[in-house]
Amino acid sequence: MPGSPAAAAIRFERVGKSFVKKGRPVMAVQDVTLEVPQGSITGIIGRSGAGKSTLLRMVNGLERPTEGRVLVGGQDVGAARGAPLRLLRREVGMIFQHFNLLASRTVRGNIALPLEVAGVPRAETRARVDELIAQVGLDALADRYPAELSGGQKQRVGIARALATRPKVLLSDEATSALDPETTQTVLELLGRINRELGLTILLITHEMAVLRDIASHMAVIDAGRIVEAGATYDIFTRPAHPTTRSFLAGVTGATLPAFIAGRLLDSRPDGPSQQVIRVTFAGTHATDPMLASLATDLGIAANILAGAIEEVGTRPFGNLLIAVDAARAEEARAHLERHGLLTEVLGHVR
Amino acid sequence: MSANLIPILWDSTLQTLYMVAISALLGTLGGLPLGVFLAVSQRGELISAPWINKILGLVVNATRSVPFIILVVAIIPFTRAVVGTSIGTNAAIVPLTLAAIPFIARLVENAIREVDAGLIEAARAMGATPLQIIRKVLIPEALPGITLGLTLAVVSLIGYSAMVGAVGGQGLGDLGIRYGYQRFMPEVMAAVVVILIVMVQLVQSLGEWIAARVDRRAARNRGH
Repeated sequence: MPGSPAAAAIRFERVGKSFVKKGRPVMAVQDVTLEVPQGSITGIIGRSGAGKSTLLRMVNGLERPTEGRVLVGGQDVGAARGAPLRLLRREVGMIFQHFNLLASRTVRGNIALPLEVAGVPRAETRARVDELIAQVGLDALADRYPAELSGGQKQRVGIARALATRPKVLLSDEATSALDPETTQTVLELLGRINRELGLTILLITHEMAVLRDIASHMAVIDAGRIVEAGATYDIFTRPAHPTTRSFLAGVTGATLPAFIAGRLLDSRPDGPSQQVIRVTFAGTHATDPMLASLATDLGIAANILAGAIEEVGTRPFGNLLIAVDAARAEEARAHLERHGLLTEVLGHVR
Repeated sequence: MSANLIPILWDSTLQTLYMVAISALLGTLGGLPLGVFLAVSQRGELISAPWINKILGLVVNATRSVPFIILVVAIIPFTRAVVGTSIGTNAAIVPLTLAAIPFIARLVENAIREVDAGLIEAARAMGATPLQIIRKVLIPEALPGITLGLTLAVVSLIGYSAMVGAVGGQGLGDLGIRYGYQRFMPEVMAAVVVILIVMVQLVQSLGEWIAARVDRRAARNRGH
């Protein structure tokens, strides 16, 4: 990933984590080297059990690496113990999938907890809590208990609590996975706003590509404990290299093969007349060019559109189109599209 | 029932209340910290001390497996050393407290273990010390469960306090045995039973009321 060491808020250096399960060593995380740029929203995506949660918990020392180092603001988290570790944790806020709010405390009391823990004087705590409540828009609910709040409201309390000690980094552990799509959007918007206004670095883990599309500037894909792909979110969305990334993308780009085609798809070109199925990705300025029309007018190749969608990553559009063209002229068609700055990928053939 | 029995019943009731109140208080003072420690000291937990945990667990189990009436008799030398006598309400408080401590400890341990592990993780992530986590997270969050546990303990102590009556402990149990049983006065026995039932009912209701007051886990009507 780009960026000098000074610009990285978090650095994973050849990090590994193994533990013993039923007498046998299991590698949860292997050889992870990753930089989270200062001020970025970086997302790590992976299936459950891929190791993303372990990776996240190493940033605030809830888990310790068995190999390599995790640096936060230049400090080695894995080496810290006791009081220095607790001080370090105050610089790293964390929010959770199930919010983890104290049922016995009101909204105000929950947000005050990290300040009490840090030994902040009472008057100062009260002022800071009021400020945070306003920041996340919970003014009317300050004296309510968590049981009286909706999921989205609870996560706002979680966010306010995580920001209380003015951390430099915010960790998000599947923070929107327990929320409905609409609430997810409002929570993501809040995280985006905090990132912009406070310059706070956010590292989040998720299993939903849509979350990364909506707020992450950088991303990494983890599979079986290893980072298989990392970089700017837009680059990975428009040119995914690893099969795991592609399978995650298939869910969000809106361009999946209709079942009647997917069922007949062949890996190699059959004898006799056939069509090649191609995924065409339009990125940036090309996203709006009428390229298929030019395929017909310039080369006389007709393309069947099977599926397609235009998406936005951040504010930049990119399109995904699944087309079928005569297999005999497919090479020519793909060369034409590539020449005009589009990306193509052969998915297979159909008779 | 003749009128001269009323003062005796009243005195016995006060003696029972005294024994139960003092032993519940002392039992809580000993059982609460012990229960908290048992709940957080297994391997890899907040205060990892697996050996001390195991030993204390054994002691607690041993004490709890001795039938109460045997415990009362077995520790008579200890009771005499502490209060100078082995008869009377003060002497009865010693075995009652000794039985209450491990009982309350287990109840508190269970209540603490019910607290969602996610809350401990959140508190650790804030940089809280183990002691802060116990004071600010575990005990407040377990309070409804602890309250119900203490209610159960007090109800048990009322029963136990009647049992120490059999070995000279005074109180309602003693009255029931001496007047109701040995002097064939069934009306005294009936009165003792009624008073005990009322006492248990009151304790149970009070405990449940307090537990509901401190329980914020479910949304409730705010009444405005």
